[in-house]
Amino acid sequence: MEPSEAFSSAADLARRLGETGYLADEALSTVGWLALRLQRPLLLEGEPGTGKTALAEAIAQTLDIPLVRLQCYEGIDATQALYDWDFPRQILHLRALQATGGDTTGGLEEVEDQLFDDRFLLARPVLRALRESPVVLLIDEIDRADDEFEAFLLEVLSTWQVTIPELGTITAATPPIVVLTSNRTRELHDALKRRCLYHWIEHPDLERELAIVRSRAPQVSAALATQVVAAIQRIRNDHQLIKPPGVAETLDWARALQELGTSTLDVETAAASLGAAVKYREDAERIRAALDTILAR
Amino acid sequence: MSSPPPGMPAQALTLRHREVLHQADEMLLGFARALRSAGVAVTADRERTMLEAVAAVGFHDMGATYLAARATLCGSPADLERYDQVFVAWFGGVRAGHSPKPPPAAAVQVAPLHDGEGDGEATGESIHAIASATEVLRHRDVATMSLAERTALAGLFAKLAPQAPQRRAHRHTPAHRGRVDARATLREELRRMGEPGSIRRRRRGLRPRRIVLLIDVSGSMTSYADSLLRLAHRYVTNGTPVEVFTVGTRLTHVTRALRQKDPERALVTAGSMVPDWSGGTRLAQGLAIFQQRWGRRGLARGAVVVLFSDGWERDDPQALGEQVRRLQLLAHRVIWSNPHRGKDGYLPVQQGIVAALPFVDDFVSGHSMAAFEDLIGMVAHA
Repeated sequence: MEPSEAFSSAADLARRLGETGYLADEALSTVGWLALRLQRPLLLEGEPGTGKTALAEAIAQTLDIPLVRLQCYEGIDATQALYDWDFPRQILHLRALQATGGDTTGGLEEVEDQLFDDRFLLARPVLRALRESPVVLLIDEIDRADDEFEAFLLEVLSTWQVTIPELGTITAATPPIVVLTSNRTRELHDALKRRCLYHWIEHPDLERELAIVRSRAPQVSAALATQVVAAIQRIRNDHQLIKPPGVAETLDWARALQELGTSTLDVETAAASLGAAVKYREDAERIRAALDTILAR
Repeated sequence: MSSPPPGMPAQALTLRHREVLHQADEMLLGFARALRSAGVAVTADRERTMLEAVAAVGFHDMGATYLAARATLCGSPADLERYDQVFVAWFGGVRAGHSPKPPPAAAVQVAPLHDGEGDGEATGESIHAIASATEVLRHRDVATMSLAERTALAGLFAKLAPQAPQRRAHRHTPAHRGRVDARATLREELRRMGEPGSIRRRRRGLRPRRIVLLIDVSGSMTSYADSLLRLAHRYVTNGTPVEVFTVGTRLTHVTRALRQKDPERALVTAGSMVPDWSGGTRLAQGLAIFQQRWGRRGLARGAVVVLFSDGWERDDPQALGEQVRRLQLLAHRVIWSNPHRGKDGYLPVQQGIVAALPFVDDFVSGHSMAAFEDLIGMVAHA
């Protein structure tokens, strides 16, 4: 089935994602469903640890299609995102031809054709996604790449095709599902944003986060999970923190406490294991000082 | 008026249906327009996508319409806030769950950026006097200048050509010396049908380093704010990777406003964005918000941060020291430009400065054109 037709409604998408352990709220599932239905890339922004990357993984899992991931970094260019020729193997092939004295009768042109054959082509994530579609193409942390790279992506995302001079144009049979994530270290170009559906992912509320912990870390007891999530929610409300803990930190903390054999979270155990949830010294000091109010019912 | 054609009821239904749809589209497009006038960059193609998206979720479902239109019309967190306000105003608070924040007090007491033009005659006269005294003007304290002198000074800013400092890039570029570039060497060999040839080399290239300008616009800095924004405008228009913020009681991102070529218009636009001209200083808080919302995400990482302030801190000076310390951990270099530094007999005794000074890489003056030129040189070689 076409991915765009796979889900009957936003609620259906939310339910199916829930089966994989990804609990999306109404806003996210509506926007996600629209992205699939309208075949538009989905641009997700939000604090680190709110599940931007996990959404792409969950969609791939529900649809049972591969996930192709392109991690962006400064200086990334088309040879790392799109395709490259395998030069050493081309040379080897050339040498092998010379050594065997074989098949060069066709002249220069034929040798060249052999060299720029599909088997010497190294398909990088974007090309792979176009060829193997339907897939989920995750373009992670696009804000780390340079502006020029955005312009290049724009071309691929609007036409779903790529031209390789030696081989010709490669077009996706069905457009891949594209999820872009950004941490907002810089403002993305408006042209790229216009192509995408935009969604800002918030930290989950208490109920949802509890449900996430219960589904992702089932070994943690219900009572402990409730305490941990309540504490995390209070910690997050302190806007003075350098880095408020994300959902990943909540899970780490709950698992850590479970491993330590804790059944109820008290000031001592919390202080001892806080390193799983808070990663800055200043934050840790601030929270330790306020632990009794954070843990108060 | 003969007998009605067969299938009339169905047709009428479609017509009525269409009418309803048409009304919905009109309403949505009106909403998009209202959003545009509220400052969200809504383009025609975004409008079209919005209509498609709303049609997909169904216009009758207000909650889904809210989400569908938001995903298609917005592009940044700042847009989301405005979107909520306009949505409530347009569709009448249907979405109770998303309580709109009160609109920001629009353009509170915007102090004039420059005190207006002097009358023609006076300007003419003083230009004549100043033309021979540009050198004097360069070293004069901006705060003590007359109107005419300021106008002449504004012209001098156009001559500034600020450059960004360089850093080593991640990417390699071909070079005559450096490490062997195996790939390029092989490619070269391939071109000669496998005949070995000269060895290609590569080296890591250079890239401009990001600059962040934080301009204090509180009451005590009023007389310098105009010049500092002009300096920032030169940085922005000269193509350096720079981000400009004003700090007073609030933090305002003004880079976009300063992108306009014409300095006067850029300054007026920037001025209208800043809600806290000549107010108090909450420098520590402003720096904290800057780091939380921008700096730590990567904006200040490895950047050259220039802070223009006199260091009068209304709140706890220790907090300012702490914020500057954190900033220094993130940034490549922290430069503090203080207008009073250049004056005779100045001692850094304001508590804010005292607390912050240990964490500042360079402490420079920032009161005159000559000081700005020095600063530009310092940033370019940071």
